[in-house]
Amino acid sequence: MQNNADQPVRHDGDEHYYLKLFIAGASINSLRAIENLKSFCHRFLKGRFELEIIDIYQQPLLAKEEQIIALPLLIRKFPAPEKRFVGDMSETHILLKGLGLTSID
Amino acid sequence: MGPTKITGSKYSTLPKTPTGITGLDQITAGGIPKGRPSLICGEAGSGKTLMAMEFIVRGALEYGEPGVFLAFEEKSEELAMNVASLGFDLEQLQKDKMIKIDHIHIDRSEIEETGEYDLEGLFIRLDYAIKSINAKRVVLDTIENLFSGLSNQNILRAEIRRLFTWLKEKGVTAVITGERGEGGLTRQGLEEYVSDCVILLDHRVINQISTRRLRIVKYRGSQHGTNEYPFLIDEEGVSVLPVTSLELSNEVSSERISSGIVGLDAMLEGKGFYKGSSILVSGTAGTGKTSIAATFADAACKRGEKCLYFAFEESPNQIIRNMRSIGIDLQAHVDAGLLIFYASRPTLYGLEMHLVAIHKFITKYEPDVVILDPITNLITVGAVSEVKSMLVRLIDFLQQKQITVLFTALNFNAIINEQTDEGVSSLVDAWITVRDIESNGERNRGLYIMKSRGMKHSNQVREFVISDEGLDLVEVYLGPEGVLIGSARISHEVEQQTGIAIRDQAVNRKDREVHRKKQILESKISGLRAEFESTEEELNKMYEEEALKKEIIEKSRDEMIRLRQDLKKRNDNDN
Repeated sequence: MQNNADQPVRHDGDEHYYLKLFIAGASINSLRAIENLKSFCHRFLKGRFELEIIDIYQQPLLAKEEQIIALPLLIRKFPAPEKRFVGDMSETHILLKGLGLTSID
Repeated sequence: MGPTKITGSKYSTLPKTPTGITGLDQITAGGIPKGRPSLICGEAGSGKTLMAMEFIVRGALEYGEPGVFLAFEEKSEELAMNVASLGFDLEQLQKDKMIKIDHIHIDRSEIEETGEYDLEGLFIRLDYAIKSINAKRVVLDTIENLFSGLSNQNILRAEIRRLFTWLKEKGVTAVITGERGEGGLTRQGLEEYVSDCVILLDHRVINQISTRRLRIVKYRGSQHGTNEYPFLIDEEGVSVLPVTSLELSNEVSSERISSGIVGLDAMLEGKGFYKGSSILVSGTAGTGKTSIAATFADAACKRGEKCLYFAFEESPNQIIRNMRSIGIDLQAHVDAGLLIFYASRPTLYGLEMHLVAIHKFITKYEPDVVILDPITNLITVGAVSEVKSMLVRLIDFLQQKQITVLFTALNFNAIINEQTDEGVSSLVDAWITVRDIESNGERNRGLYIMKSRGMKHSNQVREFVISDEGLDLVEVYLGPEGVLIGSARISHEVEQQTGIAIRDQAVNRKDREVHRKKQILESKISGLRAEFESTEEELNKMYEEEALKKEIIEKSRDEMIRLRQDLKKRNDNDN
């Protein structure tokens, strides 16, 4: 939060985003998160994002490495600093603010 | 074992997992419920994490059950360092795949919530950890940290409920720690309902002395001790004191042991105290309570028994020096390893801590005789009722172990002492009181046996004398003036001795007179005999003279006859 409140640098336009979404199998929350995030990215980060979706059931060791507790979890790996979001990614304004994006409506 | 079998043999009882924590398994009659979650809750610094960690470590070391420790608060290295002081080598145990520590970091400032979520990540991590070492035990310390990291209460509560069910399904014995909340056992008021066993830890400071206590708040499907039990955290981990046993069914011995004072043994049917009994020696200051205790210890050591001496007033060296002055060499017993001193200031710990410490020492050294000198000093750290309850539990414990215990108690003044004594005295088997008796300008010690269960003890007062040769009891003089003690008794004894001397003299005088009379008579007899002898001699002389005369006469007559015959012959011849 501290990073974005009065962020002098605005990521508008050219910055490339690298995002990781951790999910737990085919739970309702997982599916909803994938759907919501995909539409979010296509809407606000079109052409400048890379999204990796990881099923923790398949790679349980990652849960420890990435300090995962709540799922679904979105981590913004780039641009730095790392940012984390949990939930089904349904609240777009939180994502926008958290990722440092301004809405282009 | 009696009370634990209350459910009878027909029904299978709840399986339990021993925690391995000293005393806790006794209170819970075998441990915490196997394959179910238990909650340890308490305030900050009450020892939750340590107890939970000991559950895991003891499980791995003593019961061969691997365990997972999920730490929400401290990092693995920090935990390892914290418990290294207890001699637990977490690094090695982790290498041996007996323990797995997983640190869960959660920070609200780094996470934003957007919509619905669940804690599946936690479940996966836990599941992975359990499977990787085939864990039988799990600790979650402290689960409510989740609430500080995530904000959606509804989700968290539902997920924690799910976690408890999940843990049960996994069949692991779980310990969850929780911070004590206001008005409830935990902050969320949730964990205590979903746990099968709830242990509450408490850390209280009364009169600037802290005491840790533990209470089993609930235990589904099992009988358990419901009292508050003190516990101690020291270099060997957590020790809980199962202070009150559930029944009064201690074995008793009819064996007798000497008090070390001949006169006192004589008052106790000549045999002394029962082995495994509890003895209280009370008295005002300077009445020789410590001397009685030391003599008792000395006698025990001389029999080759082990004695543990808890000194709350004087240092061991001081006691040894002082007892040397009455001819008791305690140092020799210390050197021989038969006498062990444990000295501590009463104010060092709380009362319960003392009890736990005493308990630990007794378990460690397994003595035959225990001395607490004096218990009244403990009252400085607790109320009379607390001291009493502590002693009940101590006596109980000692009787189970067939250890004879001697307490000394200081009476401050007449009014309080009766109350204090009564408070404690109903618990003990034998009660001896030493009282100062002030009369004729001096103070002397009178010793009474107030009670001695199971024997015909003397009801008389004895004068208690401390000399260079040790302790002795002297029968007091009962006379028309009442009981005489001290110099009054001695002067009476002198008086009696004088009387005897005078009587002796009188007898002597009579003897001499008889002797003299005898001498006089004898001299008279010898005079008479002399007289008789001279008379006899006279008579003999006369008799001899007569005989001589007679002989001479006869001779001369014969001569005359012969002469006459000669003459006749001549005449005849002439004719």
